[in-house]
Amino acid sequence: MADAAASTKGDLTLTNLVKEFGDFRAVDDLSLVIPEGSFFALLGPSGCGKTTTLRMIAGLEEPTAGKIAIGSTDITYAKPYARPVNTVFQNYALFPHLTIFENVAFGLRRRGIKDVKEQVTKVLELVELAHLAARKPVQLSGGQQQRIAVARAIVNRPALLLLDEPLGALDLKLRRQMQIELKWIQTEVGLTFVHVTHDQEEAMTMADTIAVMNEGRIEQMGTPVELYESPKTVFVANFLGQSNLVKGKVESVDGEDLNVNVHGNRIVVPANRDFSTDNHERSVLIGIRPEKISIEHPEANTLGGGIITDISFVGVSTQFQIQMPWGQELAVFEQNDGGASHLQKGDTVSLSWKPQFTFALDGTADIDAGTSVNPDEE
Amino acid sequence: MAFVAAVTKRSGAVRGIKRPSTPYLLLIPGLAWLFMFFIYPLINLAGTSTQTPADSGEVGVYVQSFRFANYIDAFSGAREQFLRSIIYALIATLLALAISYPLAYAIAFKSGKWKNLLLVLVVAPFFTSFLLRTVAWKQILGNEGPVVAVLKFLHILGPQAGLTASAFAVVTGMTYNFLPFMTLPLYASLERIDPRTLEASSDLYANGITTFRKVTFPLSLPGVVAGTLLTFIPAAGDYINATLLGNPRTKMIGNVIEARFFDIVDYPTAAALSFMLMAAILIMVMVYVRKAGTEELV
Repeated sequence: MADAAASTKGDLTLTNLVKEFGDFRAVDDLSLVIPEGSFFALLGPSGCGKTTTLRMIAGLEEPTAGKIAIGSTDITYAKPYARPVNTVFQNYALFPHLTIFENVAFGLRRRGIKDVKEQVTKVLELVELAHLAARKPVQLSGGQQQRIAVARAIVNRPALLLLDEPLGALDLKLRRQMQIELKWIQTEVGLTFVHVTHDQEEAMTMADTIAVMNEGRIEQMGTPVELYESPKTVFVANFLGQSNLVKGKVESVDGEDLNVNVHGNRIVVPANRDFSTDNHERSVLIGIRPEKISIEHPEANTLGGGIITDISFVGVSTQFQIQMPWGQELAVFEQNDGGASHLQKGDTVSLSWKPQFTFALDGTADIDAGTSVNPDEE
Repeated sequence: MAFVAAVTKRSGAVRGIKRPSTPYLLLIPGLAWLFMFFIYPLINLAGTSTQTPADSGEVGVYVQSFRFANYIDAFSGAREQFLRSIIYALIATLLALAISYPLAYAIAFKSGKWKNLLLVLVVAPFFTSFLLRTVAWKQILGNEGPVVAVLKFLHILGPQAGLTASAFAVVTGMTYNFLPFMTLPLYASLERIDPRTLEASSDLYANGITTFRKVTFPLSLPGVVAGTLLTFIPAAGDYINATLLGNPRTKMIGNVIEARFFDIVDYPTAAALSFMLMAAILIMVMVYVRKAGTEELV
């Protein structure tokens, strides 16, 4: 392990990274720092540039401009085999002609390590597949292949482990299980993980920090809680979970609060949750997550006169679609604790929520940004 | 009673449908073909190979006398050509592999939108006559041709030397003629390789050469085996190239069989030689495929 690969450690720094394919700008002036040892997710719809970013970090694409560094070592133009970076590929890309043991030993052998048995066995035990060492990849199930792909990468103890939609090919139940296992493995081995996914739930479950990408840029970066509770753009508000966004006009700023006129109703938004960047005299979008709204209990913020157009029961909660007097449909999730069970389609209701859950975004933004993308499309 | 009979009949019909006889039925035409045009002639040939001339002494008339010494006689008479066939075929196969591999690799991985055109070009020579293409090499390698002119200019060939009617010309012709049989299976196996496995290899500290040695080549091995067999087997039995491009000292086993059969009308010797060629090729192929299967060729 005396090679450059193992001695390079530290934070991953991307500086003004640009990648163009012909006229198309896949990654647009991207800068970020991924702290050593963190579990970082690049989240976004297909075509947002997240996989291209990952491939540039792996060395499989050369940036058009910008810089990639691990610690103080510049790796922007280093060959893929000369970087302390390993990748778990989307469809695993295991070597079909080699046994599981040799697949895992591949990287060690290439670095001239003679006695690989102990390390390979150890990592196969970590992913609980030591008994399959003599098999070929085709003899394994999708979930097992996935774990071998992880084992093949982490056995090298890279400074950085890249995961390119590693769970995309698995069914939902297995995916949930693997999310927990991957998170556990990351804690166990203490490597920096950079995980690319279009699945917002997956990103939120696993990552310490998420960067939401859209059209080659980072929309917002933060912890899952920050991104969910305080989305700073319409795209993030819609892409991560679901948001109700309603146009309003700021009428006055009253100390710590903004008073917003929303179709004739006075809605209070805490000033520190006003994320709009425009002049306050102009319009804003006020946002509220569906599960924060109560149909029964009056709160400071209330929008009245809604008519229930749809009710769907989803186990832990019931989801209501409510048509507001100005024609817009809003979503409300009520816990199934008996409170809202008497409500019927066609009932007229008022929607209430606490001001501290409200957020305000730019009124000029496209209200549908981040909703039309199908998160399951590749 | 009528009801019972009807039920029995129907269940019988159902059983008839369920029985998986269709695959066997589909095999019949192929098996019949194989028997008529392969098994039967092969038995016939085996029979002929142990015959001796009839007592009447009439040319071309032989009687069965189970004389297995025919094989020894045939082999001792054609040992030189036998060995030459194997060597020429091996050289032609290796040359074809050396030329085809980079070509197939380029078509599979680097050709982009030109892929189909290049594949058509590989097959295109088949549209003209095999004989004409072989004769054309006489012109190409002829004393007035471009190859000799260039080699003489570079002083690789002496002023009096030529290339035609030589072992070189025969092997060149064979290499050329069997090239597509090498290129196409190689292309097919290279094209199937998932480029991500190559990326994975470079991600796992293997440089270009190591990736080729450890991943690309092993994964293309089925194509290498298929291509070398499709080249070596017909090349070992070929006589056209030796006839048109060679001289009396480049005769191959195919030439001997042809002469025995048509000129001397010595059917038993021709049959015995054919059998020995077949056996030799079979043994070599079996050893080769076994080695390839365990990846010892890598």
